[in-house]
Amino acid sequence: MIERVTEIQKQAEAEIAAASSSAALEELRVQYLGRKAELPQLLRDVAQLPPEQRGEAGRTANQARQTLEVMIETAAARFEADELSAALADDNVDITLPGSPAESCGHHHLLTATRREIEDVFCGLGYSVVEGPEVETVHYNFDALNHDPAHPARARSDTFYIEGGGEGSEQTLLRTHTSPMQIRIMEQTPPPIALIVPGRVFRRDSDATHTPQFHQIEGLLVDEGVTLADLKGTLLAFARAIFGADRELRLRPHFFPFTEPSVEVDVSCFMCEKGATSGGERCSLCKGTGWLEVLGSGMVDPNVFAAVSEHGYDPDTHQGFAFGLGIERIAMLKHGVPDLRFFYENDLRFLRQFG
Amino acid sequence: MRVPIDWLSEYVEIELTPVELSERLAMTGTEVARVLHHGPLSADNFVVGKVLSAEQHPDADRLRVCSVDTGDSEPRTIVCGAPNVAAGQTVSVALPGAVMPDGTKLGEAKLRGIKSSGMILAEDELGIGGEHDGIMVLTDDLAAGTPLAGVFAVSSDVLEPELTPNRGDCGGLYGIARELHAATGAALSAPPWSDDPGASTLGSAPAGISVTVDDAALCPRFTARIFENVTVGRSPIWLKARLAAAGQRSISNVVDITNYVMLVSGHPLHAFDLDRIAGGELTVRAARDGEKLTTLDGEERTLDGDICLIADADGPTSLAGVMGGSRSEVSDQTTSVLLEVAVWDGANINRTSTRLGLRSEASSRFEKGLSPEGALEAQAMASALMLELTGATLVDGTLDVGGDGPAANVIRLRDARIISLLGTPIARERSQAILEALGFTVTAADDGLDVTVPHWRRDDVTREADLIEEVARINGLESLPATLPLNRTGRAGGLSHQQRLVRRAEDVLVGRGLCEIVGWSFADPQICDRLLLDDDHPLRALVVIENPMSSAQSVMRPSILPSLLDAAAYNMARGAEGCALFESGSVYRAGRGDDGMAASEHHGLGAIVTGPVREPSWADAQPPAARIETAHALVSSVLGALGVDWQVEDGELPFLHPGRTAMIRTAEGLLGWFGEVHPAVAASWEITQPIAALAIDIGRAAAQAPSHSIFTDLTSFPPLREDLAVIVPAAVTAASVVACVTAAGSPLVSRAEVFDVYSGEQVGEGRVSLALHVDYSAGDRTLSDEDVAPLREKIVAALKVELDGELRG
Repeated sequence: MIERVTEIQKQAEAEIAAASSSAALEELRVQYLGRKAELPQLLRDVAQLPPEQRGEAGRTANQARQTLEVMIETAAARFEADELSAALADDNVDITLPGSPAESCGHHHLLTATRREIEDVFCGLGYSVVEGPEVETVHYNFDALNHDPAHPARARSDTFYIEGGGEGSEQTLLRTHTSPMQIRIMEQTPPPIALIVPGRVFRRDSDATHTPQFHQIEGLLVDEGVTLADLKGTLLAFARAIFGADRELRLRPHFFPFTEPSVEVDVSCFMCEKGATSGGERCSLCKGTGWLEVLGSGMVDPNVFAAVSEHGYDPDTHQGFAFGLGIERIAMLKHGVPDLRFFYENDLRFLRQFG
Repeated sequence: MRVPIDWLSEYVEIELTPVELSERLAMTGTEVARVLHHGPLSADNFVVGKVLSAEQHPDADRLRVCSVDTGDSEPRTIVCGAPNVAAGQTVSVALPGAVMPDGTKLGEAKLRGIKSSGMILAEDELGIGGEHDGIMVLTDDLAAGTPLAGVFAVSSDVLEPELTPNRGDCGGLYGIARELHAATGAALSAPPWSDDPGASTLGSAPAGISVTVDDAALCPRFTARIFENVTVGRSPIWLKARLAAAGQRSISNVVDITNYVMLVSGHPLHAFDLDRIAGGELTVRAARDGEKLTTLDGEERTLDGDICLIADADGPTSLAGVMGGSRSEVSDQTTSVLLEVAVWDGANINRTSTRLGLRSEASSRFEKGLSPEGALEAQAMASALMLELTGATLVDGTLDVGGDGPAANVIRLRDARIISLLGTPIARERSQAILEALGFTVTAADDGLDVTVPHWRRDDVTREADLIEEVARINGLESLPATLPLNRTGRAGGLSHQQRLVRRAEDVLVGRGLCEIVGWSFADPQICDRLLLDDDHPLRALVVIENPMSSAQSVMRPSILPSLLDAAAYNMARGAEGCALFESGSVYRAGRGDDGMAASEHHGLGAIVTGPVREPSWADAQPPAARIETAHALVSSVLGALGVDWQVEDGELPFLHPGRTAMIRTAEGLLGWFGEVHPAVAASWEITQPIAALAIDIGRAAAQAPSHSIFTDLTSFPPLREDLAVIVPAAVTAASVVACVTAAGSPLVSRAEVFDVYSGEQVGEGRVSLALHVDYSAGDRTLSDEDVAPLREKIVAALKVELDGELRG
């Protein structure tokens, strides 16, 4: 019997090794291990043997059966994996078809994206962000900011006034800059302060380079011992964060009613080298000057502190700087937007390019 | 303002190119908008000629053949078409090779058979005035062949500086010259008013005229001199050429002198015909409301009580500081001139010129505020020219009402303050040199300098900080170090919690596929009718602009919805099938808010979705169209992201579909609305499909949001979950079913949510079946069916009693 078992095992092993599909394997399983197969029958017959033979014969037959079972399982697993791979390889699709459902992500408006980018730069420098009213008074928009009574910006040709809105310094208007918040904040918060004011502003101007509404970010830092050099360093950090690490800054003296000294700030052009492109042509972005005018700023005028002196701002001890930049201008420069009108047309073909 | 460099060089030595000058001016505070050129690019080949003979051209009636001495060995033949050319004249000649202002290069040409080697010039051919009635005749003392540039400014570069409002002193060439002197170190000439032919007449008024100034605040100084035996005529060519280069037309010698002196000194002057001043007396006074005056430009102006004028016995004769009156204008017949140089209140002049829509060279200078002392400087310079160019005699006396301005201010400039304001030192000697170059008088002090402010900077430089600016701007800011200030606020900075939440709300909408727009804050007042607002609707409380740019932009938007509809209509007109848009921005209502602000403004977050809720694709060809539930889902996303608890409530808004309007309510009140836009409103934007819309006062929503979330244990004891299908009358809302289930199942029902709605035959007419997920949970144990069974009975009973509901199936 043992010889027969060994013989069956050898034969079965050879046939299992030669099997070429899981179906053939299944046939072999039935043939050698099925209920009617010889090996299980031999195992059942062990009980008929004389007791002294049963031990060895039983062991041998059992081992043979287990060996064959493992061989078949192993081979079957291999066939299944191969057959699955083959089936999956056939089950292919055009992976270049677009995704579906087409729930594409939306977009922030470029002005929002730019505003947030700038806010984040100053937040990183420790500034807080505050917002203020767009309908303002003459007091906050002009008087407290040291605007001469004859300052041209006050003219009805330049500034929108609101009907039925008070007299004199209480007259209401649409703020022409974000600077009124300088006063409101200093009335509420004693020094030192470091903050920016993003917001919408209005001027009576409409042509290729002006829209009657636009957006600014005001900056104000007040403490003892703040210097013009600090302003330069702060704006240099800003310029490099927004326009690239190689940027340089140029301050040009200017006049603003609420700063003294006042400076216009130019950033070195990021499209060219000193006004000339790599091809040696005149740079169209900076018009060949090598500099881009980006904002106005200066040291807070002592008269502005005088307007809030009762709130702890003493012109003799406190100094500060303020700056105001146009979000549209930064966005146009950085993203090459050629015309202001794109910002307010809200054409989806424009909106989807940014943010 | 135009500054011809050729003329400027009379006052300051100029060695830099125009571009270099512009840069230097820009870097010291005077922006130069443009560099122009006046006249031919080069003055080469333009010379003085003597007409030796002028004969009729044999073949052309209108041409003369002239023999002209141009300093060469032989006279040259020039054919000339001017009627006034005659032998013996000294003329301007362009020789062959000369390049005319329009760029054409002159050659030798045959005119009707006779070779002409040159051109005798008329004024307009050199860009001087518009006269082409004849050639320009020069004075006979000039030698033939003299370069024309030595006679008058043939060719000059012209700077166009943009003055800042504080620099009235730079409204004249001498002021610019002084800036260049300080900025470049170039030598500055003595002021052109140094020699006053009327110096001896100061201190007494001339006979024959009296002046009364009613309000010294409006007219701080009024000076006048009288000239007799004046011959009004043409100005000499050098004067015309300078005015032309500065962009001014020549009128007559007297008027040209006033303009010339203004262009140099920055101080406007006005010449009256003395004989046309009725009664020999002038009064400076405020106009009466409705009073009329015809100005020099021929316009009749109606004045008001804030406008300052000069009147004589017959009434108004000049608009103070802005424009003279035609009644007293200098004419060819004038023989006596009263020359007025006054100082006017800048704010008042600004108001007058704005009010009348009349800006002049004079008003733009007076607006900046001029110094009283400057008036006599202009008188001095003009007097010399009147004597020289009009043959006038100066009547003894200078009328002067108001006199000099206040005593000069002396300001201490401390070295320490320079460092503390700029962050870098400037040597005291350097500061002194700069200030002296600018005309300040400087004496040494212990800790710095004592600086006396010159009269022309009196209003602009009043404090130490102003002096520091002067020193810093001329010294140059290029070498300023760049440092970062210490932040000693004790606060971390960054966005506030609420600002972060507003960003989060916007980000949620972006994440859900919406594009952000930025609309106009301005709106058309007709917006109220387009939104179907009743006459007394609160949204009609518009913030109205007094001086709008157009009626379509004459009020501030009372709602964020119209901006979104505008953008949708714009894009759909350009082929978009639908839109998913939002805006985050201000909305305005009239009247003072609780915060005392002039109008109440809030930060609105609005969105509209119309057309397919998402772009169709190959595997999703027909996505559903946006409906009210689209807006509802967006509100849920936004407020869910903010952690704001809210409920839907019935409401009515005239611009929304009356059956599809929902209000957003929180414990603190209404936060906004959502729904579908009323089809009639949508039609007004030419949109014919349903528009899902929402608006949230995002500022208030963010203020109501919890500052942070507190942990709830939802994992240790998982809820027991079951579904209920309830049939209720169709009028019963989903929210009331959920409320009923939650209340009856209290405290173990932790969630009840409608997930399916069905109406049809199986549930009976007028009834609807709602399927709900219901979660039961307790924080301290896992619930069993035995725990839940009694509650379920209570729920079924409550649905029956309260809502006429029954469990389905």
